Amino acid sequence: MNAIVIAVATVAGIGILAGLLLAILSKVMAVPVDEKAQAIEEILPGANCGSCGFSGCSGYAAALSSGKTTETGLCNPGGSEVSAKIAEIMGLAAGEVVPMTAVVLCNGTTDAAERKMIYEGVESCKMAAQLFGGEKSCIYGCLGLGDCVQRCPYDAIKICGGVAVVDYELCRACGMCVATCPKKLIELIPKNKVSAAVLCKNHDKGVMTMKECKVGCIGCMKCVKACESAAVTVTGNVAHVAPALCTACGKCAEGCPKHVIEMLGFGLTAEPVASRQP
Amino acid sequence: MKFVIALLVMGILTQNFTLAKFLGICPFLGVSKKLNTAVGMSLAVIFVMLLATAVTYPLNIFLEAHDLAYLQTIVFILVIAALVQMVEIVLKKYVKSLYNALGIYLPLITTNCAVLGVVILNIDNISAYSAYGFGFGHAMVSSFAAGAGFMLAMVLFAGVRSRLETADVPESLKGLPITLIAAAIVSMSFLGFSGIVEGMGLM
Repeated sequence: MNAIVIAVATVAGIGILAGLLLAILSKVMAVPVDEKAQAIEEILPGANCGSCGFSGCSGYAAALSSGKTTETGLCNPGGSEVSAKIAEIMGLAAGEVVPMTAVVLCNGTTDAAERKMIYEGVESCKMAAQLFGGEKSCIYGCLGLGDCVQRCPYDAIKICGGVAVVDYELCRACGMCVATCPKKLIELIPKNKVSAAVLCKNHDKGVMTMKECKVGCIGCMKCVKACESAAVTVTGNVAHVAPALCTACGKCAEGCPKHVIEMLGFGLTAEPVASRQP
Repeated sequence: MKFVIALLVMGILTQNFTLAKFLGICPFLGVSKKLNTAVGMSLAVIFVMLLATAVTYPLNIFLEAHDLAYLQTIVFILVIAALVQMVEIVLKKYVKSLYNALGIYLPLITTNCAVLGVVILNIDNISAYSAYGFGFGHAMVSSFAAGAGFMLAMVLFAGVRSRLETADVPESLKGLPITLIAAAIVSMSFLGFSGIVEGMGLM
């Protein structure tokens, strides 16, 4: 009987002692928490993508609450909604966030693009790119090994026919894939308007491009001439559309002999215009 | 002195906590994916092991004096858990950078069997190595050796796993299975150290 009492008393005593110590310590050593920063962090998406330019969501929240930045619209994945909420907490003017989406600027599927070898190495674009620029004859093209797929925190990228394709519904424009792609093929374009995009980044001369890929931009200037708003330019043998100037008339896409220009974006409907959905 | 070296060699190589005694397997598999997290976790483990031994060793003397040695396990868990919490509070206040670096690992250690294992084995060592006069200092040395052994295993395995990332693994073995197989092979390689303490004439 006595033994039980002593045992219980010992364990209970140590427990109470430890509990008391912890309670006192947590009061004495209390660190003041920044309530605004915590509230902002709860609103932010929490993907820690770093597209705001700070080290993760907590970094952005801390910068906002400490006044290091007054811009509430830096969070691309959060969009205008998050921006408005942050502005409410901080008492700042809400910054407008243009909804963006990533686009893979290569259409060279395994059917369309020629191969110079058969690559059987590590399943990684970064690795493959180091071996003679990858499997495809075109050294600018998508390798389709999915480095961007692995990087995407929103599961918005898939490989279709050997080329990465972004699901515009799911893309939150965090820009992680843009930084990951070893061929620098991914760009962010506005999601709220329809705009043309040249799905090729081949800088070789037209003759070379034609040998390498059935859907490569040969820099023939037809789209530049067709464009009414001077949105299309050809530099380094490849056309490029400035989304801000594009009026989505579609004339460049009609005139393209290689069919590398497609109309992309959401526009006024919820459905993307182009058929490039995975 | 010879005995101290023997304790170090045993803790780090022949009686390695993770690879020979199979304690602390959870963090060994959980946080060995990257080298820097493996090192961070190991440093936290070394620190907590030393601290836990420093507190539980005198506590054990108290328990044995009152014939309560059977309470060892529960009391030690209680003390270790409270201790880690205290360390966390203090770190949060004074060494914020270290607190952020250790992150989730510190609270994880609270229930790590390697920490409980090291304090209980230290108590067992008192009678096992009574011929060598095993005392508080020796207990601290063997705790440090256990932690260092854990670190060695973690760092080695982080290297193995980073190679596994790019290896061509059969579909059915991808993920945890191949990790466990790799762990078994690393652990077998540590068998090569057996007998080293006796061979060097340390004991």
